[in-house]
Amino acid sequence: MNDTAQQRPIRVLLAKPGLDGHDQGAKVVARAMMDAGFEVIYTGLRQTPEQVSRIALDEDVDVIALSSMAGSHLPFCRKLKPLLEANGLDDKLWMIGGNLPAQDHDALRELGFKGIFPTGSKLDAIADYIRENVA
Amino acid sequence: MNDRAQTTVKRVINESGLEVQPLYTAEDVAASGGDAMIGLPGEYPFTRGIHREMYRKQPWTMRQYAGFGNPQDTNQRFKYLIANGQTGLNVAFDLPTQIGLDSDDPLAQGEIGRVGMSVDTLRDFEIAFDGIDLEKITVSMTINGAAAIAIAMYLAMAEKRGYDIKKLRGTAQNDILKEFIGRGTWIFPVEPSIRLVGDTIEYCAEHAPKYSPVSVCGYHIRESGATPAEEMAYAFCIARAYADEVIARGLHVDEFAGRLSYNFNIFGNLFEQVCKFRAGRSLWAKIMKEEYKAEKPGSMWLRMIAAGGGGGLTFEQPELNIVRGAYYALISALSGTQTMALCSYDEAYTIPTEYSARISLRTMQILIAEMGMTETVDPLGGSYYVETMTNQMREKMEQIIAETDAQGGIVKLVSEGAIQAKVSAQAYKMQRDIESGKFPKVGVNCYRNDQEDEHPVEFHPYNEDDARVQIESLNRVRAERDAERVTRALAAVGDAARAGTNVMPAIVEAVKAYASVGEITQELVKVFGRYQEPIRF
Repeated sequence: MNDTAQQRPIRVLLAKPGLDGHDQGAKVVARAMMDAGFEVIYTGLRQTPEQVSRIALDEDVDVIALSSMAGSHLPFCRKLKPLLEANGLDDKLWMIGGNLPAQDHDALRELGFKGIFPTGSKLDAIADYIRENVA
Repeated sequence: MNDRAQTTVKRVINESGLEVQPLYTAEDVAASGGDAMIGLPGEYPFTRGIHREMYRKQPWTMRQYAGFGNPQDTNQRFKYLIANGQTGLNVAFDLPTQIGLDSDDPLAQGEIGRVGMSVDTLRDFEIAFDGIDLEKITVSMTINGAAAIAIAMYLAMAEKRGYDIKKLRGTAQNDILKEFIGRGTWIFPVEPSIRLVGDTIEYCAEHAPKYSPVSVCGYHIRESGATPAEEMAYAFCIARAYADEVIARGLHVDEFAGRLSYNFNIFGNLFEQVCKFRAGRSLWAKIMKEEYKAEKPGSMWLRMIAAGGGGGLTFEQPELNIVRGAYYALISALSGTQTMALCSYDEAYTIPTEYSARISLRTMQILIAEMGMTETVDPLGGSYYVETMTNQMREKMEQIIAETDAQGGIVKLVSEGAIQAKVSAQAYKMQRDIESGKFPKVGVNCYRNDQEDEHPVEFHPYNEDDARVQIESLNRVRAERDAERVTRALAAVGDAARAGTNVMPAIVEAVKAYASVGEITQELVKVFGRYQEPIRF
């Protein structure tokens, strides 16, 4: 795989979008990503789309991952997409996990969130997906 | 422990870290501390229940979490649940309301009415509870950061409708310390947040003495990764922090402790849960009597809502969650809870639909009507296993409380993020244990379905129009209200906050003037500031 070509560990931004405070899942994923050898920048709660895209740019991350539990994933991602594009972050890997009903997956993919990991996803599957998809 | 244990059988350690023997006898009860803490229901130390006759006299209150969209829709859902036999309401608020934002706040966009009902002003409470008899149905509100405002609105609404506030019953969750650990709807920093909880307890003790201003939540601490023993121990540490705050103001423990209530979680091993509650009941009584010198029995009662926890449900084979829910309800009944709230089978996905909420309600009704669960008190009392494990769980909880105190106390540990780091490390370990198959989970790591699920979970439809309707309603209230009275009332909130006096009287006046949740919160933020969470792993 391409991880041998990496000059540095893969950098993952893990963000909690919107107002939802349920961060147990995000913190579990953050630990799993650290155990997988990635560098993890966890934002803490209540991030706006502007904050997420700003941190992604400043931290020069390879992966932008959102954890959303309260049903506001679509409006949030619609706002985030143009901001990420404006910051030249379209070539990064965009991911989202959490309470994501199946009927929303196509809309999320169309918005550029290629990695979709609904509740019940396995931690190793998330790490493998990142390794396989970070160029 | 006993020599009858077969050395060849696999060792079993429960989630709380206690070893489970293959067989228990009277010797084990004696070795674990004996019968000293068992007693009788309705008598100190209340291990077997806080009332003498328990469900024989009155079954548990059934209270399902409900609320969605705007106050009009929520009012309809409340009436539906009541018509189906529900005996208490548990109000869900949307996230902007929970963290003190008005519906027209830019940060509220996309979140209005999504996980609960949207509240901006007293008008919304008037709409949501229209036609509901507040003496027949007790109302519990799941709100924490903005709880002082919600309590003020509830009391003001009831008073406007002619109820005697002195007799009004109800509960607000209002446990902010656990929000820093688990649920995240904090607004202000830790110290002023505790002060606000103190203000509500003190205010209700004087003005609404039957109202329960706090429900201390082990529930969310458990959901975040705490063991059952830690869930109880941390909840007691938090309750002591609130009690200390109120006692420092000069109130006697017996003036408020009887209105403290608890919210605990049920998932995991049946016997560990039952022992957790029996142990917790006697430990809280002991803390109140020995540490706080409470004299009234009511001050020593662990009055609780035991809620089937979403943390035990699975995304896989969701219909199995109906079965889990039924077991959770059974545990809850065997535990002697005052109130039962049962998770719905789709809760791993979404907030409950009317259909799934009704299944949960019927599950509890089956226990009462068909299973004989209300006929005798503490039916597991006297079991060698249950009494031994109850004693051991109590000792474990005391040990966790002592460790927490030795490390500087719960307030310090929460402020530093230490409890958060501990429980999230445990949640990670548990997730790994489930994924590796070490911790069995049916449908997840064993007995999986090979094919795709043929019964997809339905989602409660979200009405995109809710936000617009809510903002229009807020604007109408703003246009109609007495602007000068609002300005005066808001200034008084800020003055009280700065002066260090109880802010509740000023908040009550402000809500009566139809000041909004966001406006009142803003006055408090000016004085208290906003919390910055420490991120620790």
